[in-house]
Amino acid sequence: MAWMRKLLRVNLTTGNIVEEPLNMEWAQKYLGQRGLASKYLTEEIDPKVDPLSPDNKLIFCTGPLTGTSASTGGRYSVITKGALTGAIACSNSGGYFGPELKFAGYDMIIFEGKAEKPVYLTVIDDKVTLQDAGDLWGKSVWDTEAAIKSKHQDSMMHIASIGIAGENQVLYSCIVNDLHRAAGRSGVGAVMGSKNLKAVAVRGTGGVKVDDFMEFMKTTEAGKKVLADNAVTGEGLPTYGTQVLMNVINEAGALPTRNSRDVQFEGAHDISAEAMAEPSGKDGKPNLLANQGCFACTIACGRISKINEEHFTVVNKPEYWHASGGLEYEAAWALGAATGINDLDALTYANFICNEQGLDPISFGATLGAAMELWDLGILNSEITGGLELKFGSAEALTAAVEATGKAEGFGAELGMGSARLTAKYGKPELSQTVKGQEFPAYDPRGIQGMGLTYATSNRGACHLRSYTVSSEILGIPEKTDPLVTEGKAGLVKAFQDATAAVDSAGLCVFTTFAWTLEDIAPQVNAACEGEWTVDTMLEAGERIWNLERQFNNQAGFTAADDKLPERLMKDAAKTGPAEGLVSGLDVMLPEYYELRGWTADGVPTNETMARLRL
Amino acid sequence: MKVKLKLYATLGKYLPPTAKRNEIDLTVDETTSVLDLLTSHNVPMETCHLILVNGVFSPPANAANATLKNGDIVAVWPPVAGG
Repeated sequence: MAWMRKLLRVNLTTGNIVEEPLNMEWAQKYLGQRGLASKYLTEEIDPKVDPLSPDNKLIFCTGPLTGTSASTGGRYSVITKGALTGAIACSNSGGYFGPELKFAGYDMIIFEGKAEKPVYLTVIDDKVTLQDAGDLWGKSVWDTEAAIKSKHQDSMMHIASIGIAGENQVLYSCIVNDLHRAAGRSGVGAVMGSKNLKAVAVRGTGGVKVDDFMEFMKTTEAGKKVLADNAVTGEGLPTYGTQVLMNVINEAGALPTRNSRDVQFEGAHDISAEAMAEPSGKDGKPNLLANQGCFACTIACGRISKINEEHFTVVNKPEYWHASGGLEYEAAWALGAATGINDLDALTYANFICNEQGLDPISFGATLGAAMELWDLGILNSEITGGLELKFGSAEALTAAVEATGKAEGFGAELGMGSARLTAKYGKPELSQTVKGQEFPAYDPRGIQGMGLTYATSNRGACHLRSYTVSSEILGIPEKTDPLVTEGKAGLVKAFQDATAAVDSAGLCVFTTFAWTLEDIAPQVNAACEGEWTVDTMLEAGERIWNLERQFNNQAGFTAADDKLPERLMKDAAKTGPAEGLVSGLDVMLPEYYELRGWTADGVPTNETMARLRL
Repeated sequence: MKVKLKLYATLGKYLPPTAKRNEIDLTVDETTSVLDLLTSHNVPMETCHLILVNGVFSPPANAANATLKNGDIVAVWPPVAGG
């Protein structure tokens, strides 16, 4: 139960679509979503495959609690070999697409091969059809969703699609569902574009059965009460969203600024949650209009925002005057602090374009920050950029760059390579703030030491959502640790990584863990699913998933030498704030982490570890 | 001595109307503690979850003993999170 026990296998080369039973033996070991789809991927592709070749596969997968009434049970993930990184990619999204796939009767869709011409897939209960997408190719995500709903005369469809960025295989393009929820990182949109797959449109009329209904209702209601009673999930996140972190992280001296030259941004307040709530524009309305929840979510942290109609970005573009998915913290950081831009409306516009054209705003903003440093050093000039003046702090540059990158036009095509390739092309690879080719997000490892180890060891390249030690090191959840020291961080990172892998595989949102522990989650999973799901078995599944991902990356050619941070973080001390004088202590933390993981000094899981985890 | 008080998120309402960008410069006595500073602005201590003094965590439970120095910056939030 909870699993639909069926997957769809869609061969885009032949057009063949088959329904297969879900491998329930694997489901018992890898749970669902991130874990289960990673198992399928690692069994089915050569780890050395070119991510953009037809031999790569693209998997949309839900978790067992997706589509249930468990709070936040609306998640799905896209698993593939990442276009940006060459590592295993798992990008997680909310909204309503994942539950709709379950309602149609499927846990997972595996896409193989490459369509000869652009296509999209419709899944209308058990009617599954590849459709011609010739008239959709070239359309934005927003126009694609409208066109498909109109064509099928069904406004209740939920659609995941790529924009022009994905079509052009911009290496950090994403897959967007429900207009502004995204499987954002690692370039999963580029893989979709490489397969000539424009969209997946789903409509389901069934439901999700659980193993023990009464127990499930009891445990999920108890879980909802914990979320409601918790000050963070019950009040802080719905009121201010993730953007409330902008001033927190800036005060803590860990806000990477101007491509990590600095750790504090003088314009942080201007682009913060507090600024979003202040009246602006001729109508006196604030940037932030409302909060919004995904399917079954009782937190509702999402932001719905509006751009000041008089702002230069939209004054002549009324098509952008509507409300849409607004700034979340990571996007606001990348588009703002990483580039030194403190213009909230310009950031909101750039974020709209990222949603509309299917770009990961974290990698885009961080790449633009790196390009701005190349400009500042005189390595880039307007002849190379086609007239783009990439000065730190320029909202005009941000606006022009995001439009050009989404369309892969002019210098935008170079920005679309990501900062690792861009800085290498111009002879300054050390300026790329990446791990395994992926731009790191909004926390400077000099000021939050655990995040350095988090980035270095993340299996999908630098990422905050694999082990969010900020929760402990800054926010004191579940208990406060000192962000400036390395002691204890190896164990903290491992614990967060294993628990997060389990949550990501259940179909739940990791934001629940600001209030929930696995003590709250395991009973809900256990009531929904066959098998014995306890805190211990979930942690074991999480550790197994982490090692499975690591094994794939090792087989793809990654080594311990790739578990490293950019030179700047290891050599250039923070200039201000509590971390002044500090660099990352990764060299101290990494050997301890390998040992705790049961890996060799070269970062390879030992035979004993593999056997213990039944890998 | 002079200190700076910053109140964020729902605590912003406890700042005087003259405050801008969620902060205000204040002149206080030498023996002023974090608790003194917050209570003088009617900020309920039970709403103060995260207190940073010059960016460094200062436990709310220890607010009475956290004596301020000239130039200190005190920033306070209710329970918040993100990511």
